[in-house]
Amino acid sequence: MAAETVPQSSPSVMQLARWAVSDSLVMTRRNLLVWLRVPAYIVFTVVQPVIFVLLFRYVFGGAIQVANQGGYVNFLMPGIIGQTAAFATFATAIALAQEAKQGVIDRLRSLPMARSAVLAGRLIADGIRMLVTILVIVGVGYGVGFRFQNGAPSAIAMILLAEIFGVTICCVSAFIGLAIKDEESVQAFGLIWLFPLTFVSSAFVPIATMPSWMQAFANNQPVTLVINAMRSFALGGPQFPLFPALWESLVWLAGILIVFAPLAVRAYRRAS
Amino acid sequence: MDTTARDGDFAIRVEGLHKSFGKVHALRGIDFVVPRGSVLGVLGPNGAGKTTAVRVLTTLLPPDSGRALIEGHDVVRDAAAVRRAIALAGQATAIQIELTGRENLWIMGRLHHLDRQDVRVRTAELLERFELVDAADRPAKSYSGGMKRRLDLAASLMGDPSVLFLDEPTSGLDPYGRLGMWEVIRQLAAQGTTILLTTQYLDEADELADNIIVIERGQVIAQGTSDQLKDRVGGDVLEFTVVDRALVAGAVAAVSGLTDAAPRVDPESRRIALQVGNRGSQALVEAVRRLDAARVETDGLALHRPSLDDVFLAVTGHAAESGNGTTRGRGRKPGVRPAGD
Ligand SMILES: Nc1ncnc2c1ncn2[C@@H]1O[C@H](COP(=O)(O)OP(=O)(O)OP(=O)(O)O)[C@@H](O)[C@H]1O
Ligand SMILES: [Mg+2]
Repeated sequence: MAAETVPQSSPSVMQLARWAVSDSLVMTRRNLLVWLRVPAYIVFTVVQPVIFVLLFRYVFGGAIQVANQGGYVNFLMPGIIGQTAAFATFATAIALAQEAKQGVIDRLRSLPMARSAVLAGRLIADGIRMLVTILVIVGVGYGVGFRFQNGAPSAIAMILLAEIFGVTICCVSAFIGLAIKDEESVQAFGLIWLFPLTFVSSAFVPIATMPSWMQAFANNQPVTLVINAMRSFALGGPQFPLFPALWESLVWLAGILIVFAPLAVRAYRRAS
Repeated sequence: MDTTARDGDFAIRVEGLHKSFGKVHALRGIDFVVPRGSVLGVLGPNGAGKTTAVRVLTTLLPPDSGRALIEGHDVVRDAAAVRRAIALAGQATAIQIELTGRENLWIMGRLHHLDRQDVRVRTAELLERFELVDAADRPAKSYSGGMKRRLDLAASLMGDPSVLFLDEPTSGLDPYGRLGMWEVIRQLAAQGTTILLTTQYLDEADELADNIIVIERGQVIAQGTSDQLKDRVGGDVLEFTVVDRALVAGAVAAVSGLTDAAPRVDPESRRIALQVGNRGSQALVEAVRRLDAARVETDGLALHRPSLDDVFLAVTGHAAESGNGTTRGRGRKPGVRPAGD
């Protein structure tokens, strides 16, 4: 009888751990395949950031005065990479909202797969997607005159920090997508909170050029701290000290993770 | 029903299930059992609680009280074991339309922890069985509604479940797609898979289910085999349409004495229905003779086994609220329509 083929003994902890890993990888592969199949997603993750680079480099760049070596393009690139990593998480929110609303998450939860794999697979796939975007932007940056000033290890450290930052913001976006669950609302709210955080920061202009009340916010918010640390890795020199920006940004990111990762998991459990 | 049967004989056992969402009492004490290898049809109108019941039974939603066992495993305490034994398919599909049929099956197979070789074998087998071989390497978004639904069902079968839950498996499909799904469901049932399927289509439960429970407002209001339910209605139904509106009253008078039951008349469609118990053919002959004597011209005079529509009407006192193909021209009473349209 069919029932006898059902394994009756509970799997061991080791087995469960192996499944959690393989299930996450299957979900990762699924998400990446979908990404590759939809031209709109590619445009969103690659073409749009490139347009941003060109806009800031050639349209606004001429009007923005910076004192560092290599001029505005060197100042700009760490900022635009940080902004792009944060904006890329919009796709995380949209995808999870769709899956929650269409009942896909329900269906996946009725499978014998590890329950963590849906979120883990989403974060890993989106992290990979983000890395591709970052590398494309660095490439385009090189095409328009950007150069790392501080050696290869520091350049890698900058990319790594951008990636950690992006994955952290991914958790926030995952929470937003799963909590709102409605694609149209996520379209409306999913990015809006990132605009003040990324533009009222050191990403595109020196903060000293902002009105003083705004500087108070801009100087102390996490996006600025992350981008300052990234800029220090990319350009080096006394103008962009690595400390305390690096520690401060890592503390911020840890704090955001500690708050939003459990919130996202909880929203995932309730999403259906 | 044999209440002394051991759990082992039932693939699904549900006792006193309650579930509320705030003030909405979606399930108000549901009890039923499903013998292993049989098909249970859960029939009910919109909002009856069908999906809620399925979600509790598939471990997606904890019940407020009561318990449910699937293959002997408690859906709350032993959810992991339940998930290894079941599959769920239905209205919401788990397929990823950007990916091909084969890729979708690969994903589901891997998530069921089959090894690569088993995934390949099972994929080929299911594509064949569900007539998706030619479409296997096309993105699922190019599939028809019926094909998507079949792919979704195939995906849920990758893990070779012993109990299958189908939540409104044919809603939204065209008649051709529906027949295709019915065929597939019949095959699965024939192979011994226990199936619980919910539907608003009365003919669907009639067609596929061994046993039927009718739920409304979170309660089971009737249960039994299709035939048992039909017997509750009072056996066969004689139906005809009167051609000339002026003669409707005369026709009613002519057939009134035929049985104890009073004829049901729908003046608008000039349709008359009469329960004739189990003396159908006698009643048919007699009715023809009487109508002829009264010089009433009729159209479509026929005897039919009662549909589940008739059952619903008999049990609840009103027609099922969702329309579908089984209504045989019988008009709805204006009073039972939900207000606001
Ligand atoms: N998550 C939820 N939150 C609040 N109310 C809910 C929720 N899920 C279901 N309900 C309510 O519970 C009742 C039963 O819903 P359910 O979806 O089980 O009905 P159904 O029989 O499946 O209906 P349909 O035929 O429309 O699919 C409805 O009144 C519905 O509005
Ligand atoms: Mg439903």
